[in-house]
Amino acid sequence: MKTFNKGGVHPPENKISAKEAIITLALPKTVTIPVSQVLGAPAVPVVEKGAKVLAGQLIAKGEAFISAHVHSSVSGTVSKIDEVLDSSGYKRKAIIIDVDGDEWMPEIDRSPSLKKEISMGRDEIIKRIHESGIVGLGGATFPSHVKLMVPPGKKAEILLINGVECEPYLTSDHRLMLEKGEELLVGITILMKALEVKRAVIGIENNKPDAIEHLTKLSKGYEGIEVCPLKVKYPQGGEKQLIKAVTRREVPSGKLPVDVNAVVHNVGTAFAVYEAVQKNKPLFERVVTVTGKKLKQPCNLLARIGTPVSMLIEQAGGLPESCGKIINGGPMMGKAVSSMEIPVVKGMSGLVVMDEKEAPRAKLYNCIRCGRCTTVCPMGLEPYLIAAASNVANFEIVEKACVMDCIECGSCHYTCPSGRPLLDEIRVGKSKVGQIIRSRKNNS
Amino acid sequence: MQFQETFQNVYNFEPAYFIKRTNVNEIIYAVIALCGTALVFAVIIFFVELKFKVIEDPLIDQVQELLPGANCGGCGFAGCRNFAEAVVKAKSLDNLNCPVGGNALVKDISPLLGIVAVEKEPTVAVLRCNGSRTHAPQKVVYQGASTCYFAHSLFSGESGCPFGCLGLGDCVESCKFDAMYMDKETGLPVILDEKCVSCGACVKACPRSIIELRRQGKKNRRIYVSCINKEKGGPAKKNCAVACIGCGACAKACKFEAITIANNLAYIDGEKCTLCRKCAPVCPTHCITELNLPERKAEKAEAGAETTVSES
Repeated sequence: MKTFNKGGVHPPENKISAKEAIITLALPKTVTIPVSQVLGAPAVPVVEKGAKVLAGQLIAKGEAFISAHVHSSVSGTVSKIDEVLDSSGYKRKAIIIDVDGDEWMPEIDRSPSLKKEISMGRDEIIKRIHESGIVGLGGATFPSHVKLMVPPGKKAEILLINGVECEPYLTSDHRLMLEKGEELLVGITILMKALEVKRAVIGIENNKPDAIEHLTKLSKGYEGIEVCPLKVKYPQGGEKQLIKAVTRREVPSGKLPVDVNAVVHNVGTAFAVYEAVQKNKPLFERVVTVTGKKLKQPCNLLARIGTPVSMLIEQAGGLPESCGKIINGGPMMGKAVSSMEIPVVKGMSGLVVMDEKEAPRAKLYNCIRCGRCTTVCPMGLEPYLIAAASNVANFEIVEKACVMDCIECGSCHYTCPSGRPLLDEIRVGKSKVGQIIRSRKNNS
Repeated sequence: MQFQETFQNVYNFEPAYFIKRTNVNEIIYAVIALCGTALVFAVIIFFVELKFKVIEDPLIDQVQELLPGANCGGCGFAGCRNFAEAVVKAKSLDNLNCPVGGNALVKDISPLLGIVAVEKEPTVAVLRCNGSRTHAPQKVVYQGASTCYFAHSLFSGESGCPFGCLGLGDCVESCKFDAMYMDKETGLPVILDEKCVSCGACVKACPRSIIELRRQGKKNRRIYVSCINKEKGGPAKKNCAVACIGCGACAKACKFEAITIANNLAYIDGEKCTLCRKCAPVCPTHCITELNLPERKAEKAEAGAETTVSES
């Protein structure tokens, strides 16, 4: 069975909510929709305070090339445009809407029937995806339409669909593959048409045998789509790791997947593409896994963007008394949230409620130079070196150690016997080096 | 003779006490050859030196002698030598300041440069945050890398204030003069006025720019706003009991136009402040700190207290 060759770890899977069907969450009273939900420039609000909006209406426009539109997830009145806390505790601009009924934009097709025929051409599809504000729903939130516009001189040959979901606990993609298989495959066909490729491969780790079986059976009815079962190893869901696992091609340092003729999209994105292209529905809701060992009802919720996190936890049976922390995302790459009032955003794939016993970090010891971080790094970097150099603000060394290739998977931090906060330090180094590189480019 | 041969065969070298066997001429040739080479090189070096001579002002050495030699970088140059070069080149001390040496140094250097010493008011570092554990209670627990630099880029802080002190001690780490320490109880750094040389290392180290260099003031007396929170009153107060809410009461109370309000935040201009103490009592959140000023007497005697302060 295929997998990537370099590094990797095997954290306990804990897929508690894998058997829970997706439940549609009730509408909240107010939604808080941040204007920046994309890895790129924040969108600019196009509605005023007091404006009436319908679900699916454009409320903020992503004008920059790498940006994405934001749509209202509910119908109601814009009560204010203000700065609200995000998951890190800093204030970010957001549009707050008071919910009033559930009226969608008239052009959205709300019927549940499957629509297989693709009537649009390549450019139309990309335009629609852009207009629908679709971003990578695996967590990185890179605008999807940008990924579909293959730069001149390069050619995409294969489309990889990321159904790996290697993060422990999370099951939102797993459920989506089981429950929306047909829609997903139509979405993949649309993406293939947009990229003009003949072959698409869905990569699924073999800890989801039901999803592999289900999609293998369904994919027989679609031309060029196949399912590739993969050996379980974290971080297989990383773009570069998935390419390596499925195609045996390695993306060179500083290059994009399209340089090895591959494009990767998440299953969540493919489903959103189906809804946007076939049903004319912009991205304003997503599946969020709410899970944790002590939670009463771990579940997979279809929640509107902007719903407060507290409502999702409530749906899962409320916060257990022994709660230590809530993680936005999976336990490996996610960040602990500082408030329960933060909204659901496009990139939020799950909420993991950690018990107070498992929440604290391991005791900190000195680095013993055991080299485990180097062994497990899927990118072949030297995490201890980057972290140490970043710690003393020596960014020349950080840059030379190829920090920009780090995918922030957290394998180094997970495996460190001394409990060093390697990922924190590397993230800071990476953001700083990114700044330095950008300013260097601007100056020259 | 037999012994000698055996020795040579066994050890395969000639010991020093057989030196008389060697030709004396060989030694003389070696000495002459080496001396000759040395002479040739000496001549070459002499001419090269003449050609590439660097004329350096002897003043630089003299000035450097007078500098503290800590190489702290407080002047903005890499070290004391660079500062000395800059001073001698400029032939003045305008815009050049060694915060460690202070006025005493200016007095020493000025005659060398042939200028008149202008005395500058000494400055000192002050912490513009009073968000101690009691004023700004912990809401979340941070367990990541324990430096402010990291914490700042990761989240807003344990109290939730995105402007306040993170309490992880980057400033203390940066201080080369032992003038700072971390108060375990309040979670805030403490600056020791008598040791602070105002080099500005802590100002640079703080990722939130909380520390400011302010006029030291007579008898170390200073009045300043202990808050840099630019949020509106409500949100600021939510995280910290002693946050500046930008209400403007202090600005109204000030007769010397020393207080300005911008971005929901009051700032007291240290140059204009006369230490009249009118502002601190009107502040609803008590975010104005009066440092080293005598205790306020009972309200009736307040007028008297003010005059003594303004005289001092």
